Amino acid sequence: MGWGFVAPALLWTMAFFVLPFVVMGAMSLATMKGRTLIWDLSLANYLELAEKAYLWRAIVVSLEITLTVTLVSIILAYPLAWIIAFRVPKHWQRLALLLSILPFWTSYVVRSYAWLLVLAREGMVNNTLISLGLIGNPITIANTRFATVTGFVHFFVMLLTLTIYANLVQLSPNYRRAAMDLGATALQTFRHVILPLTLPGVVTGAFLTFVLCIGDYVTPQILGGNTELTVPQVIMVQLGRRADFPLASALALVLMGIVSLA
Amino acid sequence: MKCMRKILLSTISMVAVASNAAAKDELNALVWCDHTDPALIEPFETEHNVKVNLREYEGTGAALALLEQSRPGDWDVLVIDGIDVFRAVEAGILAPLAVDELPTADFFPEVVMAENNSVDGVTYAVTEKFGYNTVSYNSSKVDQSDMEDLSTIWSDKYNGRISIYDYYLPVMGLAAIAEGIPTAKIGSGDLDQIGDVLSIMRSNAASVAGVVAAQTALATGEVDIVVGGGEWLTAVLAGERPELTWTIPKEGAVRWAQSIGVVEGSKNSDLAMKFINYIVSPEGQARLATSSCFWGMPANAKAGDILTDDQKAVLRWNQQPDYLALTQLYPAPDADLDAEMQDLWLETLQQ
Repeated sequence: MGWGFVAPALLWTMAFFVLPFVVMGAMSLATMKGRTLIWDLSLANYLELAEKAYLWRAIVVSLEITLTVTLVSIILAYPLAWIIAFRVPKHWQRLALLLSILPFWTSYVVRSYAWLLVLAREGMVNNTLISLGLIGNPITIANTRFATVTGFVHFFVMLLTLTIYANLVQLSPNYRRAAMDLGATALQTFRHVILPLTLPGVVTGAFLTFVLCIGDYVTPQILGGNTELTVPQVIMVQLGRRADFPLASALALVLMGIVSLA
Repeated sequence: MKCMRKILLSTISMVAVASNAAAKDELNALVWCDHTDPALIEPFETEHNVKVNLREYEGTGAALALLEQSRPGDWDVLVIDGIDVFRAVEAGILAPLAVDELPTADFFPEVVMAENNSVDGVTYAVTEKFGYNTVSYNSSKVDQSDMEDLSTIWSDKYNGRISIYDYYLPVMGLAAIAEGIPTAKIGSGDLDQIGDVLSIMRSNAASVAGVVAAQTALATGEVDIVVGGGEWLTAVLAGERPELTWTIPKEGAVRWAQSIGVVEGSKNSDLAMKFINYIVSPEGQARLATSSCFWGMPANAKAGDILTDDQKAVLRWNQQPDYLALTQLYPAPDADLDAEMQDLWLETLQQ
């Protein structure tokens, strides 16, 4: 009887996760000889990963960008969630949350191109800096890692704000009062009481940020200007012209391995 | 009673609409984005009372993978890079074409490309559009005489003001031309020399961009030059931004060409052939050349009778004899060389 209840979910998972995963694993053990796919069950694609510097570099670049985005997003999202949870009056909190996730309502691609225009040499940021006299000539911001990180952070701050806020509002005010009664300063209260209790929300948001960021293709492609390549970008290149599914599968599995380790 | 009559009339009209829709033939075409312009497709649909279902793709590899995973008959028409027709034939994806029905006698002779569109004497595709991977630039920001020489285009003088088109074959073709290596003769032994040129390009480039990103970069002033650009990049902007233009340097440039063919196993092969004949007709060619996605030269020279003078000016119609003589088809490497070239490209991007 119990199997009857879990069977639909089990079948769904088997069909749309386990089966594709097995196919991808098998594909990663095939090789391309010329333009022909050979099912030779070799580790050649994984060895290629070890041999080719640009593939390694893609993994390093992906990790560096993802860790930076996750860290910066936490640093920005925590105070925002705190302000919404404890400084904004209860009846305004829903509106504040709604406003903070408003950018979610626009297309991801459109949002990335919008950032490209904002960060361009003749864009809003450069024009503002020049009009304030802070710089004499436009500086290069678009098509850099900074631009990629900015585009990502804009997106993931919203996500982290939600998970941290959900944790913060569940905290009873008595914890803070008790800590204060016992002589803790505001900083000590935050460090020894609030932060540990809200870590689950931070960790959940950080994990989602890490997973979504490291597998993303659109943002680095539009905002990074291909000045450095991430793993998803390298995977797309393998597929676009040469249809090298074996190497692309091996790269995808390595990416999954990194996510699993995280 | 009145209500019953209303329901009956509604039902009849719905059935009529449904049966009309069911009667319509459908044609499934795997295409580049220029074929998705309604101005191109709707006249054919109306004339033949047919619905053309279009699916865009990027990259021959992706298209071939999609077709190989489809059932026979799922697709009727394929638009493909001219240099890759043989790959589709090898994979058994294209059906022979009725050559007698094609107006290739009216084509610019250089783009008939019979050797690319046929295998073992059998024609499988026909060229429909061509253009150049050369240099697009903002004429108000750069010295135009510099754009006539490949080596100055990507020199230090324009450091940080260049974007490179994100497709390794034409860009490596340009690098080869700059080094005096014919694109058709690029071999493994030439890759070091080509790699040196790519490194110079890369070190002076602000970005390596796809079509939309390169257009955006040029239009917003992020860069002033797009290496690998051409009429396909700037022509759609010509009306609003006439200063964004293109040229072919004195050393020459790379020529691209796209072909169209009937997919093997098509259930609508006659209709597919009619579609191809429409596309290569002067009317279809004029519409395809000025597609809202990207412009390019029509293969059929008779499209010149239909294009306006302004459109021909943007396409540089009158300069075509010189341009065709000055340009080379972009590299068509075999699988092993292709892999080496792609590796070199990715290594250069990661520098």
